[in-house]
Amino acid sequence: MNAEQPTIPRIWVFVEQQERQVHPVSWELLGAAKRLSADLPGSVVEAVLPGHQVADLAPQAFQYGAARVYLIDNPVLEIYRNLPYAVAVSQLVKEYHPEIFLIGATTLGRDLAGSIATRVSTGLTADCTELSIDPANHILAATRPTFGGNLMATILCRRHRPQMATVRPRVLPMPEPVPDATGEVVTVAFDMREDDVPVKRLRLIRAEEQPNIEYAEVIVAGGRGMGGPEGFALLQELADALGGMVAASRPVVDAGWMDASRQVGQTGKTVRPKLYIAAGISGAVQHRVGMSGADVILAINTDPNAPIFQIATMGIVGDLYEVIPALIRQVKGQSHDGQAHL
Amino acid sequence: MHAVVAIKQVPDTSNVRIDPETGTLIREGVPAIVNPYDIHAVEAAVQLKERLGGGQVTVITMGPPKAAEALLECVEQGADRAILISDRKFGGADTLATSYVLAHTIEAINAELPVDIIFFGKQAIDGDTAQVGPGVATRLNIPLITYAVAIEEFDLAARRAVVHRRVEQGIEVLETTLPVLLTVEKEIAPVRHAPLPRLIAAARYQPETWTATSPVLFDPQQIGLKGSPTVVGKAYTPPPRSGGDVLSVADLGLDAVVARAMAVIGQAHVRDLQPVTGVVS
Repeated sequence: MNAEQPTIPRIWVFVEQQERQVHPVSWELLGAAKRLSADLPGSVVEAVLPGHQVADLAPQAFQYGAARVYLIDNPVLEIYRNLPYAVAVSQLVKEYHPEIFLIGATTLGRDLAGSIATRVSTGLTADCTELSIDPANHILAATRPTFGGNLMATILCRRHRPQMATVRPRVLPMPEPVPDATGEVVTVAFDMREDDVPVKRLRLIRAEEQPNIEYAEVIVAGGRGMGGPEGFALLQELADALGGMVAASRPVVDAGWMDASRQVGQTGKTVRPKLYIAAGISGAVQHRVGMSGADVILAINTDPNAPIFQIATMGIVGDLYEVIPALIRQVKGQSHDGQAHL
Repeated sequence: MHAVVAIKQVPDTSNVRIDPETGTLIREGVPAIVNPYDIHAVEAAVQLKERLGGGQVTVITMGPPKAAEALLECVEQGADRAILISDRKFGGADTLATSYVLAHTIEAINAELPVDIIFFGKQAIDGDTAQVGPGVATRLNIPLITYAVAIEEFDLAARRAVVHRRVEQGIEVLETTLPVLLTVEKEIAPVRHAPLPRLIAAARYQPETWTATSPVLFDPQQIGLKGSPTVVGKAYTPPPRSGGDVLSVADLGLDAVVARAMAVIGQAHVRDLQPVTGVVS
């Protein structure tokens, strides 16, 4: 079937789309695939795009670095369901034997990746924070936090292919798209009928507009040191002044002060803002793994030994209820007239 | 109704500490607990049994002999039968090998008493992979519903269920055939206190132990290290990002500290915010 050189090491990225909107993690993964490709001689970067009537998304994949897009179009792929997606993608893997296969560690990607790895009987490393090619033997070195972020482990998959890995959104930087990049679309036949699918979606109860903290440029986050839910209005005021969003650490969410959709850390979201202000957050490792990719971290805590200070660009030992209002005055003053004043 | 729940005994990762001298994980004295999501999986199975007016809940785990403690906690919660799958030959298993062992065990249980539903916690807090549940559903060739938050309908006669699943856009309401495998969020069932009769029953209960060869035979090529495509190349403690200055409001005064903070905020080059130009009075 696949007449062209079968020895080309293919680095594949799963393009996740729902309602024809591509999840940005797909492009972050294409960026990572490009970097891996530079260290893997002769390799090519390719994208796998399953769905229904999604052919018009292929050019975006080219812009973010795919040389080829495998388009699997079938009405049973209109809405994501495990079985048709897992079968369709696994068939493609068995036909083209990719060397590496990267999938976003989203709700959809986590559901799918384990099923594909089982079907093709290979190794899968979840939630990687770093991907590289081991120069000695040209295999994927997939590094991930484990034991609640207390330990980093580099996982290798020596003999099975593809070497599969998932990466959470925002762990990797977003590449710059190349506007006029083009590539080849390979249309893949997939014949599954709706009768063959055991799961049907009856309805989708849409949540109110979810705060998407993962892609916020500025985050003002509060921790246990806030002392209660009331102080979050103050954080919101600072976030508004900076054009950012409010987030929280796990104790805050567990206490019911903030919604779980705003939780940063190991069991919450990974964020990568330009600015992260941590107010009353001690900075347990489980929190730090979710925000240490921020460009600038400003931490405010009454405890001079708080672990958050180990990674903060600047730490302030003091009462956040004194410091945050002062910051609000400064930021508001500046954005009005460009001058700092009290 | 026959429900199987797969659980895992895990170290309480919130108590894991790093030895500052050697930079390695201190495992001694770290309490072993039932993976928090799995407790809710057991609860969901027990509550489903109550809702349907009867049935059996079978709990299984793969782990060292010590993992029998975790099974007993599930019996306290209301599980009827507990199986410990334990053998040195299972050691070093990654998610592919683990899903083989659990799927093979469930097939054997199903041959004795047909299984209608299988529960997993959404992920284990030590590895956080969330891969074993999907792997088991795939091996058993049954529907998979991850991140389940509620069972709206469960119709044994019609062999169908309606399950709510948390997705990024909201709650997806899915209809599925039975048997089905769910991986569950904590909301699926709040955990209740075990009543005294259950505690007494658990105190007398002895979990069964299944080895690699008895009462069923596991394929030696698919278990333990041999059945695991992935290996840990190296493990290390994460290098700390080197922090910058830590300034005290008590020492320097609020104005001076805030002025420095504004300079740091300026480094972030945030949109709509002018770089700091003035000196704070």
